[in-house]
Amino acid sequence: MTSAATLTTSRRGHYGLRGIVASEWTKLRSVRSTVWTLLITVVAGIGISALITSATASRWADRSSADQASFDPTRSSLAGLLFAQLAVGVLAVLVVSAEYSTGTIRATLAAVPRRPLVLVAKVVVFGALVLVTGELTSFAAFAIGQRVLSGHTPTASLSDPDVVRAVVSGGLYLTALGLLGLGLAAIVRHTAAAISIFVGVLFILPVITAVLPSSLADDVSRFLPAAIGTVMISAHRHDANAFGPWPSFALLAGYAAAALVAGGILLTRRDA
Amino acid sequence: MQADMSIAIGRVISRGGHHGLRLLAGLLIIVGIGAVVVLLLRAARRRRRRPPADRSPQPQPPPPTVPQPQPQPQAQTQPTVPRVSGPRPDGETISIRSLSKHYGAKVAVDELTFDVLPGRVTGFLGPNGAGKSTTMRVIMGLDAPTAGTATVNGRRYCDLSWPLHEVGALLEARAIHPGRSAHAHLWMLAQTNDIPRRRVDEVLGLVGLSDVAHQRAGQFSLGMGQRLGIAAALLGDPGVLLFDEPVNGLDTDGIRWVRQLLRELADEGRTVLVSSHLMNEMAMTADHVVVIARGRLVADLPTSDFTAQYTCSAVRVRSRHLDRLVPVLTAAGASTRPAADGAVTVSGLDPEEVGELACRESIALSELSPQTATLEEAFVESTESALEFRGSRPLAGAAPGSALSDREPSQ
Repeated sequence: MTSAATLTTSRRGHYGLRGIVASEWTKLRSVRSTVWTLLITVVAGIGISALITSATASRWADRSSADQASFDPTRSSLAGLLFAQLAVGVLAVLVVSAEYSTGTIRATLAAVPRRPLVLVAKVVVFGALVLVTGELTSFAAFAIGQRVLSGHTPTASLSDPDVVRAVVSGGLYLTALGLLGLGLAAIVRHTAAAISIFVGVLFILPVITAVLPSSLADDVSRFLPAAIGTVMISAHRHDANAFGPWPSFALLAGYAAAALVAGGILLTRRDA
Repeated sequence: MQADMSIAIGRVISRGGHHGLRLLAGLLIIVGIGAVVVLLLRAARRRRRRPPADRSPQPQPPPPTVPQPQPQPQAQTQPTVPRVSGPRPDGETISIRSLSKHYGAKVAVDELTFDVLPGRVTGFLGPNGAGKSTTMRVIMGLDAPTAGTATVNGRRYCDLSWPLHEVGALLEARAIHPGRSAHAHLWMLAQTNDIPRRRVDEVLGLVGLSDVAHQRAGQFSLGMGQRLGIAAALLGDPGVLLFDEPVNGLDTDGIRWVRQLLRELADEGRTVLVSSHLMNEMAMTADHVVVIARGRLVADLPTSDFTAQYTCSAVRVRSRHLDRLVPVLTAAGASTRPAADGAVTVSGLDPEEVGELACRESIALSELSPQTATLEEAFVESTESALEFRGSRPLAGAAPGSALSDREPSQ
């Protein structure tokens, strides 16, 4: 019969990454949380940037001249991304943890016994989706932010030095941070725990660091993802202690890679 | 004056706050409308896609009879799904060798050895917590064994090149994202193993979920979830099938349908392993039973042998002169066991022989009754005696289970 024939021919070879990537894309498309978290990413990224730039524009006259001199219109218009990152993190965590909370992971691993492939496919699909969304959000937030600022404050243009790098970095930052969240979720496997850790790293570590003696705080804070994000979306250099934008990105990518490798090893070692 | 006013108004507007807020509100509305449009488009496309999906991808018209939501047994006898025809000659089997699985200090599976052969339904029996699910998870490569091996067709699960084409499993009911549709769930599994999309529709039809294929699975009843799990197991048309408690949550029709399905799958030459904690259920379906208790093998034999072994094998005898009768019976080769109410349970002799022996010795009997234990009792007895054998109870009886566990798997 027809189906038996096709099924038999497909038995040659070995299951591979292409099919698993397609499968992960189906998984991502077929649940609502993906749409919602990405929508929130876009709306928060653009909307909060618009709010921040408009507040800046309205209070520009109140600023000291030193403040005015150091004003970075690029960073101001991309600041919304530092809120949008929460939604990206939630989606990243759900991509992995929802499989465990629903039991789908057993079906997934029965279909793909070589477990690292599952994680690789998730990285590819989620990474591509967030990169596209992140870049769109970043460019849109920049364009709208500059419109809001223009006429009130100095503005930035993509032709200015370091501006394109900063805007492109907005999307890169969200992607790398999301992959860090994915790795964390692969390690802890529980939605609430993974999101808590993610939020803790982003928002609580900086607070703890601030309490440290200032010499130590400067040394430590430049390693934090939150500080890395600020550096990456800035066209100006604000903090002499911080790493440069590309080293910062490399550091964040390193964190993500470390979390993913650890998650991959645990995924292989642990019972599902 | 007027000029001053307009400048003031202009300044208020251009102070930016309102400007930004208006912009934000506009943006939110645009994005919101966009999202609604996208969702509507998707829903519309889905609705449009459904009817032609049955026709378009099939060049020939071998119409798999679209099964009803409540599939009737007779409907199943029709060739609803094209399957690999005829028995598979190469004897695809599950082979468990000295398998142990410990979770910390807890021993879930203890030195288990048995085979599951093709062409018959093998019932995997044991009380709750006996280690059935664990064994199945090890077979599926989900849990790593502490010791020993579990292989399918001679290979470990993780070495299979197209796992879904070789092994299908229903391990837990409703192991599905509640927000995902049945179709999407099966399709994402199919994609990993290069299974064509039309096969997804086929198995959905086979289990009677075609009508709800695009509904969110969170709305499914337990029975529907179970059917979806069975559909997932059949997806790759595998030669080896594992079902962990497949009838849980099914109504009477559903249970009959599952039995029929298991029988068909076995008759097609597939290897079918079905776990249950209900012996009666298995007696209806299984050709062969593997009984385990506390992770150890109790019995591995044809269902008919199991039934014969554990049922009708005893005679209840009551008499005022048991002290004289028991030695006589023992001398005749029987084993006796005092029952709680003062009677004696005799095994190894049938009621006639017991009666004749008593008559010869002029012992009056006040009761002589064959013990027709139900299968359920037989099952409980077999597993309990296995537990006794392991020293959990002081009174070790005849422990027939322990004798069985040394047996070679028949066949």
